[in-house]
Amino acid sequence: MKYTEIMVRYGELSTKGKNRHVFIARLASNVKKALIDFPHVRVHADRDRMHLLLNGEDSDIIIPKLQKVFGIQNFSPSIRVEKDVEVIKAMAQDMMREVYTGKETFKITAKRSDHDFIQTSGELNLTLGNAVIDVFPEIKAQMKNPDINLRVEIRRDGAYLSYETIQGAGGLPVGTGGKGMLMLSGGIDSPVAGYFAMKRGVEIEAVHFASPPYTSEQALQKAKDLTAKLAPYAGSIHFIEVPFTEVQEEIKKKVPQGYWMTITRRMMLRLTDAVRELRKGLIILNGESLGQVASQTLQSMVAINEVSNTPIIRPVATMDKLEIIEVAQQIDTFELAIQPFEDCCTIFAPPQPKTRPRLDKVHHYEERLDIEGMMERALAGLKVEEITPESAEQADEFTDFL
Amino acid sequence: MIYFDNSATTPIFPQALDTYLKTSQRIIGNPSSLHDLGNQANRLLQQARKQIADQLNVSPKEIFFTSGGTEGDNWVLKGTAIEKRDFGNHLIISSIEHPAVSETAAQLKELGFELSIAPVTPEGFVDVAALEKLIRKETILVSVMAVNNEIGSIQPIQEISTVLENYPKIHFHVDAVQAITKVEQNQWFTPRIDFATFSAHKFHGPRGVGFIYWREGRKLAPLMNGGGQESNHRSGTENVPAIVAMARALRLAFEKKVEKPEHVARLKGYLLEALHSYEKVTVFSKEIDFAPHIICFSLKDIRGEVLVHALEEKQIYTSTTSACSSKKHLASSTLHAMNVPSSLATSAIRISLDESNTMAEVEQFLIVFNQLYQKFSKIN
Repeated sequence: MKYTEIMVRYGELSTKGKNRHVFIARLASNVKKALIDFPHVRVHADRDRMHLLLNGEDSDIIIPKLQKVFGIQNFSPSIRVEKDVEVIKAMAQDMMREVYTGKETFKITAKRSDHDFIQTSGELNLTLGNAVIDVFPEIKAQMKNPDINLRVEIRRDGAYLSYETIQGAGGLPVGTGGKGMLMLSGGIDSPVAGYFAMKRGVEIEAVHFASPPYTSEQALQKAKDLTAKLAPYAGSIHFIEVPFTEVQEEIKKKVPQGYWMTITRRMMLRLTDAVRELRKGLIILNGESLGQVASQTLQSMVAINEVSNTPIIRPVATMDKLEIIEVAQQIDTFELAIQPFEDCCTIFAPPQPKTRPRLDKVHHYEERLDIEGMMERALAGLKVEEITPESAEQADEFTDFL
Repeated sequence: MIYFDNSATTPIFPQALDTYLKTSQRIIGNPSSLHDLGNQANRLLQQARKQIADQLNVSPKEIFFTSGGTEGDNWVLKGTAIEKRDFGNHLIISSIEHPAVSETAAQLKELGFELSIAPVTPEGFVDVAALEKLIRKETILVSVMAVNNEIGSIQPIQEISTVLENYPKIHFHVDAVQAITKVEQNQWFTPRIDFATFSAHKFHGPRGVGFIYWREGRKLAPLMNGGGQESNHRSGTENVPAIVAMARALRLAFEKKVEKPEHVARLKGYLLEALHSYEKVTVFSKEIDFAPHIICFSLKDIRGEVLVHALEEKQIYTSTTSACSSKKHLASSTLHAMNVPSSLATSAIRISLDESNTMAEVEQFLIVFNQLYQKFSKIN
C-alpha cells in the first residue's frame, strides 16, 4: 500500500507536564535524524501526535527505521484523500481489498475534527461499512476486537484512512536524559546495557579500551560494529577509543597476578570518568551483571567503584544471562558479540583473579604505578569517531564484488 | 549459434565471471583464518550469504553453501535420514524427481529405509491426494521438486504444503533448481517448506556451487565432517570466489526477471503456437501451470537424439529431455512416469529458454524445424 502519511502516537511523553514540549521537540529531531535519507519527508510534531508527510517516499523502508526510535508508542501509516464521500468510499474499499483475505472481521472507526464535513462520524461509519459490504458481501462486522479496524479521520486538510497500528520502541526520546559514557567491551552485555539506557532517554557515547598488539584490529572493529547496531536508536553514536596498552603492560609488570583484574578495572573506570568529564557526560554506564565473572562480585564492585564518585548505572546488573541474550538477539548484537576475538579484558586475564580483593592491598600495589602519567598519555591518544547505522552494513566495502 | 539448453546449464554472466576473477585475485584469505585477510574473506562470504538471503526473503542463518544441486539434494535426504532415523525410516519422493533425489532415495532404500513414490497425473503433476495416502507415522521426509526439469510442470507445492501442515514433524524438501528466477517465488516457496536446494549454474553463476535453504529450527546431519565450516554443518574450506559470483549472478538474474517479466513466456507462447500446427508433433508442456522456460515435445517416429543432432548441425542447441539422462539413452523418466507411450517418450526433445534468448532466435529455430519436419516426413 502506498501510504502518504504516518501518524505517530507518543508514549510516556504524555505524562511529562510542562516539559512536554522539550521531549516532543527532541523526538521530532530524532525522527528527522533517523529519516535523513528521505529528504522529502516532512515532520510535524503537535502536542498529542506527530505527523510524517511522506511526499512520495517509500513507507516500506521508513517503517522499520521508525520502529527503532525511542519515545514512539505506536504509529499508523495512513493515506490522505480528498474529503469527498465517494472518494473516501473508494479508498476504504481499496484498502480492504489489500488486507481482507476472506476470514477477518472488520469495523470502521470514523472521527471528525472538521465538523463542517457533510456526514457525522456515525453516518460515515455506516456509509463506509456499507461500501465495504458492497465489495465483500460475506464479510462480518464486529464492534469488539475486530481483526481489521479501518480508521478514518476527517481533518481540515483531508480524510485520512489507516488500518494498521505498528508498535513503536516505547521509552523516552534519546537525548532528553542527558549524556552517559557506555563502557563497551565487545561482549554480549554492554550493548544491551547501552540499549536500555537509550530507551530511558540517555544519549550514549561508547568508550572502548584497545591494547594493540595484544588486542586485534578485528576486536576493535567488532566494538565499532556493535556500536553501529545501537546507532539506529540514536541516529549516530560517538565511539571513543582509549589506548590501553601501556596501562596493561605496567600492571602486568608491577602488580601480582591476583590483583591484575581489580586494578585494571580501576584504571578503566578512572579513564572512563576522565573521558566523561572531557565530553561533558553526566554518568557512566556499563554491562556489569552480578556474579557473572570475578570482577562482578559485590566485593570486586566495591573495590573497583572506589575510584569514582560519578553515578554508575548498570542496566543489566540484576538480569539473568539468558535474559540478556534474549535482548541481544532482539537488537541483533548477539551474533556479533560472540565472535571470538581477544579483548582487553581477556588478554592479561590472570588464572586466579581475586573474587574478594582487599582494598588495603589494592592501594598498596597501585602505589607502584604512575597512575597520573599513564592517564595523561592515554587521554592524549583518544580517538573519537562518529558511528552511523550504515557503518554496520559495511555497505560499500564489497559493492564491486556483489 | 542459438542456445536453447538453459535448463542443462546457463552461460555465466560476464559480471559474475568478473566477480569470480576479482575475488580469486584480491580476496586471498581463508575465511577461517584469524588474521585480517581471513576476516576480510569471511566478511565478503557473509555479505554474499546475506544478499542471497535477501533475494529469498529469509534470514542469512537459513542459507548454507554447497557444491550445487546434487550435493544439496543428497544432503537433505541423507541428512534427514541420519538425523531422524530414531523417529522413522520412511521417505516419500515423487515419480518425476531429478536423479539427484531419486538415486539418493534409492541408495537409502538399499540401506534399509523404506521408500514410497508418489505418482503423477498424465499431465505431469504430483497427485497430492495419492501422496497424502502414502504418509505414515514413520514418515520423516517428503521431497518434491518445484519445477520439473524435463517438461516444466510447476508442482503443487502449495497444496502439498497445506497437507503437510497436519504433519509438522515431516521434513519437507523442495528441489527448486529449475524454479528460482523462473517462476514466482510464492508458487514454490511456502512457509511450510523446510529445505530447498539451488544450483548457481542454472541462473548464470559458476558451476560447482549452490546453496540450500534450511528453515531455522530444523535438524539435519552433516554429510561433510571436518573443520566445522558453515556453523559445523558443512565442513570444507568455502569456495569464496564461486559463492560470491553466485550471489551476484542471483541478484542479476532476479533483476532481469523484473526487467522483462513477460519475455520468456512470450517466446514460449510463440513456439507452442507454431509447434501445435504440426500434425506429427506432440507437445507436453502447456502454458498454464508450466514454467515459462521449458518446452518439451515429440516429433512422431523420430528419436529425440536424431532431432537434437539435426538441429545441432544448424548450430541450434537443444536437449533430449534432461541432460543428466540423455547420455544414458533412456527415455525421459518424467514422460515415463506420466504414462506416455515409450515410442513417443523416446522422441522427446527439450527446448529450454532464458531471458537472453530473442524472438529472432525462435523464428530461426522454427524455420529450421520446418525444414527438418518436411525432410523427416518424406523419409517416413
